[in-house]
Amino acid sequence: MKKELKFTVNGQPYELYIKPKTLLVEVLRNELGLTGTKQSCNSSACGACTVVLNGMAVKSCSILALQANGGDVLTVEGLAEGVKLHPIQKAFLDYGAFQCGFCTAGMLMSAKALFTENPSPKTEEIRESIDGNICRCTGYNSIIRALTAVSKGEYREEQ
Amino acid sequence: MIKDFEYFAPETLKEALTLLDKYGDECKIIAGGQSLLVLMRQRLVAPEYLIDIKGVSELNYIESDTKEGLKIGALATHRAVEKSPAMKNGFGVLSEMERRLASIQTRNWGTIGGNLCHGDPAGDPAPVLIALKAILKMASLKGERTMPVEDFTLDYFETALEPGELLTEIQVPTPLPHTGAAYTKSNIVESDVATVGVAVSLTLGSAGGVCEDVRIALGASAPTPMRAKKAEGVLQGKKITDGLLREAGAVASTEADPISDIAATAEYRRELVTVLVARVGKEALARAKQA
Repeated sequence: MKKELKFTVNGQPYELYIKPKTLLVEVLRNELGLTGTKQSCNSSACGACTVVLNGMAVKSCSILALQANGGDVLTVEGLAEGVKLHPIQKAFLDYGAFQCGFCTAGMLMSAKALFTENPSPKTEEIRESIDGNICRCTGYNSIIRALTAVSKGEYREEQ
Repeated sequence: MIKDFEYFAPETLKEALTLLDKYGDECKIIAGGQSLLVLMRQRLVAPEYLIDIKGVSELNYIESDTKEGLKIGALATHRAVEKSPAMKNGFGVLSEMERRLASIQTRNWGTIGGNLCHGDPAGDPAPVLIALKAILKMASLKGERTMPVEDFTLDYFETALEPGELLTEIQVPTPLPHTGAAYTKSNIVESDVATVGVAVSLTLGSAGGVCEDVRIALGASAPTPMRAKKAEGVLQGKKITDGLLREAGAVASTEADPISDIAATAEYRRELVTVLVARVGKEALARAKQA
């Protein structure tokens, strides 16, 4: 039997009926068409599906969509304001913080949660924040360089 | 693919217990689901009814006072335990353990109670809670009961919870003066599960004095989290030295009953127990001297 799910995604309220077994990543991608969030390992290992739920980074492949009922979700589509990129996105471009790009949405959302909690994290905290995100192109150093630049305020005028 | 199930999201403990009583063996409880959903996806678990207690806010708290010690609601998230200022009052080892548990994403949603109820011998919280002599509170429609954490896990993924029963609270007594505790695990990558986890808590008669009380708890070393009681006996009543700690490690490795799997052979796990008991014991001793 389908159940009602009412929640907000990127500021937009949604109300839909889903099977209880539906995962949050499946609702985002298949029901709402927000395919920026990637589904990869499906076992909570890789972090490609990371979104921000109620201010916290979570793995959307490992949460029942109904657990987000009444909640507030931010996906990679919600980072930019129109054509104005979010400072973290801008830093990723400037520092070449991706190759194939498959992990990028998850990396950005983990970083978004980090900077919301702590605008000037230390290098150790930056590294820890993406501990749950795997980049198989192994571009970690450029990602850490990009996030370090944001933490040092290089993109402050963008905020 | 997850098999279809009927879903309930009670908002109070009473509602949850009523549902649990009604559906018994046919239902599973989900809290953060960080372990359960993996099993459901693999169809190792396929409940007819799923009772989602994540919204039972009365079970989500962390309280501490010097007399009663620490009380953690079963639904406190790993991240909440990690960051809680209450951990500063002698429970820092819990915060350290949580910081090494999985990734931030998993800690943000997964709960400490859910981790214990999953019954995985490689779980991080159980060894630390056993070393700290923690007690679990469980509730059913019939009433409440308590049990030491060390008795809670019965076998791989099997706990002492009766049908209709729910874990509600973790109680950790305030450590005695001159007590130090430490935990570490060996794992392949940092956000990974423990290959072997070791927690040690030591109480000295006075700073630098003899060992009056000791607990050594092992994770991923047997079908359940376990105490290495013979190894504890090596240290009990003695003035602890590096040599004695190495001896305790060697004894603990004979008590362990590990398996071989993709992460390590049983032989390697025993070796890890030997090394880590001595290493963690040394850290616990240093902390006990300062406490």
